[in-house]
Amino acid sequence: MDFALTHAYLIPLLPALAFVVILAFTRLDKKKSAAIAISMMSVSFVLALLTAGAVLTDHLVMSATYIAKAVWVTIGGIPISMGMLVDPLTAMMLFVVTTVSLLVQIYSIGYMAHDPGAGRFFAFLSLFSASMLGLVISVSFIQMYAFWELVGLCSYLLIGFYYYKDSAREAAKKAFITTRIGDFGMLLGIIACQVAFGTVDFMELRSIVPQYVWSSGTSFLTIVGILLFIGPIGKSGQFPLHVWLPDAMEGPTPVSALIHAATMVVAGVYLVGRAYFIFSQLPIVMEIIAWVGGFTAIFAASIAITQRPFKKILAYSTISQLGYMMLALGVGSLTASMFHLMTHAFFKALLFLCAGAVIEAMNDEADIFKMGGLRHRMPTTFACMTIGVLAISGIPPFAGFFSKDMILAAAREVSMPLYIIATITAFMTAFYMARLLFVAFLGDVKDDCPAEETNAFMRWPLVVLAALSVVSGAAGHFLDFGEWIHYGPYHEEAIDPVIAGVSIVLTLIAYGLAYEIYVKKRWSAMEISHRLGFIYTLSYNKYYVDEFYALVRGAFIDGLAAVCYWLDVHVVQAILDGLAHVVSLVSEILSIAQNGQVQRYVAVFYCGVIVLALYGIYYAVRVLGILGGAF
Amino acid sequence: MTLDILHPFSITFMDMMNFATHIGLAHFLLLSAVLFAIGLFGLLTKRGIIPVLMCIELMLNAVNINLVAFNHYMPVDDYSGELMAIFAVAVAACEVAIGVALAFRIYRDRGTVNVDDLNSLKG
Amino acid sequence: MGFPILTTIFLLPLAAALIISFLPRGAHDTVRHVAAGGTALALILTIVCYVNYDITAGGIQFMERVPWITDLGVSYAVGVDGISLPMLLITNAIALSAVCNSWHIEKRTKEFYILLLLFVAGLIGTFLACDLFIFLLCYEVVVIPVYILILIWGSTRRITKEYGAMKLTMFLLMGSGMMLVGIVSMYLMAYPAGQRTFDFGGLMLATQMGHFSEGFQIFAFFLLLLSFGSLITLFPLHNWSPDGHASAPTAVSMLHAGVLKKLGGYGLIRIGLLILPLGARFWAPLIIALAAITVIYAGYIALAQKDLKYIIGYSSVSHLGYIALGFAALNVVSLSGAVANMVAHGIMAALFFAQIGYIYEKTHLRSVPELAGLAHYMPHLTFGFMLAGLASVGLPGLSGFVPEVTIFIGTMKVYPVCAVIAIAGIIITALYILRMLAKLLFGPAVPKFASVPDEHGVDLVPLIVLGTLIVVFGIFPDLLMGVIRSTILPLEPMLDDISTAPTILDGFSYAIGGGF
Repeated sequence: MDFALTHAYLIPLLPALAFVVILAFTRLDKKKSAAIAISMMSVSFVLALLTAGAVLTDHLVMSATYIAKAVWVTIGGIPISMGMLVDPLTAMMLFVVTTVSLLVQIYSIGYMAHDPGAGRFFAFLSLFSASMLGLVISVSFIQMYAFWELVGLCSYLLIGFYYYKDSAREAAKKAFITTRIGDFGMLLGIIACQVAFGTVDFMELRSIVPQYVWSSGTSFLTIVGILLFIGPIGKSGQFPLHVWLPDAMEGPTPVSALIHAATMVVAGVYLVGRAYFIFSQLPIVMEIIAWVGGFTAIFAASIAITQRPFKKILAYSTISQLGYMMLALGVGSLTASMFHLMTHAFFKALLFLCAGAVIEAMNDEADIFKMGGLRHRMPTTFACMTIGVLAISGIPPFAGFFSKDMILAAAREVSMPLYIIATITAFMTAFYMARLLFVAFLGDVKDDCPAEETNAFMRWPLVVLAALSVVSGAAGHFLDFGEWIHYGPYHEEAIDPVIAGVSIVLTLIAYGLAYEIYVKKRWSAMEISHRLGFIYTLSYNKYYVDEFYALVRGAFIDGLAAVCYWLDVHVVQAILDGLAHVVSLVSEILSIAQNGQVQRYVAVFYCGVIVLALYGIYYAVRVLGILGGAF
Repeated sequence: MTLDILHPFSITFMDMMNFATHIGLAHFLLLSAVLFAIGLFGLLTKRGIIPVLMCIELMLNAVNINLVAFNHYMPVDDYSGELMAIFAVAVAACEVAIGVALAFRIYRDRGTVNVDDLNSLKG
Repeated sequence: MGFPILTTIFLLPLAAALIISFLPRGAHDTVRHVAAGGTALALILTIVCYVNYDITAGGIQFMERVPWITDLGVSYAVGVDGISLPMLLITNAIALSAVCNSWHIEKRTKEFYILLLLFVAGLIGTFLACDLFIFLLCYEVVVIPVYILILIWGSTRRITKEYGAMKLTMFLLMGSGMMLVGIVSMYLMAYPAGQRTFDFGGLMLATQMGHFSEGFQIFAFFLLLLSFGSLITLFPLHNWSPDGHASAPTAVSMLHAGVLKKLGGYGLIRIGLLILPLGARFWAPLIIALAAITVIYAGYIALAQKDLKYIIGYSSVSHLGYIALGFAALNVVSLSGAVANMVAHGIMAALFFAQIGYIYEKTHLRSVPELAGLAHYMPHLTFGFMLAGLASVGLPGLSGFVPEVTIFIGTMKVYPVCAVIAIAGIIITALYILRMLAKLLFGPAVPKFASVPDEHGVDLVPLIVLGTLIVVFGIFPDLLMGVIRSTILPLEPMLDDISTAPTILDGFSYAIGGGF
């Protein structure tokens, strides 16, 4: 099993190789590109499985990890290493990322069958997988930041994949810039770490930080922690930098599934988990993380309830679930967060791939209220979708139940308000997911509905993911996920019957409510939204956050830019031009004496000679004293 | 001896007689000064290019006389003054050649060699 | 002494210019081939030099010295160290790219290439010179060809090309004037008459022996700061550069943004810091503050621009703020970052201008609102723009990332507030670069651009040469940082020594101790 550990670097390297090969040689050949990408990804997947096996058999735990690194560059005496750090957390992430990546790539064969840019698509997907896997095995903050930026780039490229659409172009730009704001904070935090501790290596920091906290207190580290946390806020779509994630749905749906649901957006959560030895020392930062997570969870859920496009609902649901994971981290449960990260990756990827199948079947119609009765047309998709919905709502024995329950229990231990927020969010989640399922799949088939069951390439990944969504939670629970991935002393977590009961009951109520409204139509949805009036409008318009940002951008970016430009042209340049004018004015005055008459010049010249000669005589007489007797 | 000429207030009759009968350095210097002054006057007042060039020649020759005279009367044991004079003659010849050539060109282009009309240098 | 490789590199462009000047007027193709051949050969020799540079030894290598004007202590001395070698590399790479980018110039082709090659030779000479007299001489050689190139082959947009050329030349000449005074005063102060020398090592020795008083260093560095500071476009002295870009032909813009402006940073380090360390230390806080202002201010202006050349012009002003920041933080980390960023930004800016030049040549448009959706018809151009843009936003795996992070780490140590302000520049950079790329390349197809041919053949040379450098230095940054380290690391004791010296913040009177 040692082979898997020592060769774990191949896991990100192989997809990177696929990227280079596709981009250089087979860009225009769809089939070859897909074959290269998927074969490389499969090898990575196998290696990831072997690595996970090695971690389990070699009994690597969170405190005893496998590390191999090499100096990448030395900057002025400071070595910056690249390498791999394998512990149970890494192994879990490698498994999740390679699984979802592989399935999404297989799905993409079907999805991109008619797109002429499919070669480019597979290249970008490979690059993304490479960067994400590189991020996962990072040994230092700088390595993580480097791959963090690269996944950001892939996200940019893939959101903007349909570059000819204005909306895709704008969404890609927005995603990059919004996450850049987060990266700015994170970079500051990393540099502060480097300057303060002289290293950004996780393992070295891990031994330095507790001593530092013990000797110098947490005041400086708190600032560092907050700065570091800004990165995850941007990347994991936490409030207030969540705005890019719903827009990112402009990309092809496999991209949404892979990047904006299952893998990249959890990079932020993963970073907090990886650097938990810093964050867990800082109570203030932990509180901030918990509340940001909790607020994001309920905030996004309240928006998801009123949205109409299929993928938008899922996007807000993703934001909400990411908030859950942050909340879990904030209340001190690395286990719950990472467990939810894993289960969420499977069922959210499943939901998104179903969405892709549906939207493609509907000829790019995304509004769920224009769908209906799809269960007759797309039975497999419907079955998978149902499993996904059950999983995300937390119905036992599906995956979401175990992980969500663990989060609720962890929150309950630390803070009652957060527990209540999380529970309400769970209720809302169940409601909007049920609404999505009922409106799109139940009811009567619309007359002009073009939908048909999708092809095999798209169907089988759904089935695999559905299976994972069913078993991953229970497997994790019964195989003691927490024994592998935990921070601090491990204590077994049993299911609290009260908490579980409350959440199951609330979920069922939500289902019932959604059923009555959207299937039985006992109450008109229109009526309810009219009644709610202001609140509904607020939620439907996403609390006008985008509009607010547009205002801010107008004032502080474009406005200030115009002011600076005006200053440059009318002040700085004017001063320079003014100086130039002064010079030419002086030269004009002086040139009056130069009238172009040669003889005038000669006369002036001889006057000068005479003056010089007189001065010479004066000098000789008065200063040197020669000719003294002459005069 | 050489500096005597600079003593305007102590010139005796003998001095004048001496000056009139013995040709010395002072005579050459006087000649050269007169030539130079004539040349300068011409340079400043003449309107044609050719007379101006001739005046310049006059001034150069005044200098040459100076050089030769000093070399002869001063206690030096080489011919550097004469050498310099010959050098100056050569340079002057070149200068005249170029100057006359320029004058021709200017006449071709402008139809005049009047220095007053050649004032495009003022820009 | 073996084969005089540096002299050969220096003379190759001049030889090419000489050959071209004897070619018949109509032989445009021959002219181009000679120019390309000369610069390509120079590039190859530079790579040979780069590979053979001994990193463990460091210091000035490949030294050649021939006494020239012995009375004045001037000798023809050329050599390269870890600072000038990377600069030499990008100068030659950009020169080849510029020659190939100007392939389709039909107006007075012969004269264009002669002037361009003179320009290149001057730039190469400044980086090779180990004698300040040679340095000044080569710098003067740079100024005149630029003026003529802009005047004849330039373009008029918001400002006339005459105005742009004149402003650029005035700034360069003002700089050279200040530099002249500064260097001559150093020359006079260093040794008593008879032993005077312009030799770089000799002047450094004078510094180490304490021949330069602190007051003198402060005065002389101020003069150098005015000249090199305007070259590196520090805030109030930046105005000439974007206008110069806007009116210049592409090849000149490439060399101007890629190399000429870096001369400022190079001069500040090589002459300013090494010969006048106390002066550098004294003015460092001022430079830091101006650099932070430059980064943000120029970045904001770039946001408000429509003309592609102005966007990249202001962008390079903004990026050079990072270099000034790295210089003025005065520690080995930040200095390595500054030198590395000079290289990284040079390649990137040149690639940008090459792409802009191509699109301008084909469409005669270069205003962002007039162009759109080029990705539909021009994949190579799009690739070039994306590569340059992503390098510009400092993406890991491309050349800009490591240098920027290095500068930030180095600066954060000593001037945290200004460092934070400057790091905020990465957001602004991302904003204007991505806005520009989005408008220019993406969006719905515009049929009128369907007939514009994509880059092919010789047009691809800039993309290949510069793109390779961007990627190679991005993935293997130690290729660059190792060479730089060999020269910067030995400076550590000196930097430690001056780190406690007074700065402008302590006030003039304290600093010069009543010496004046």
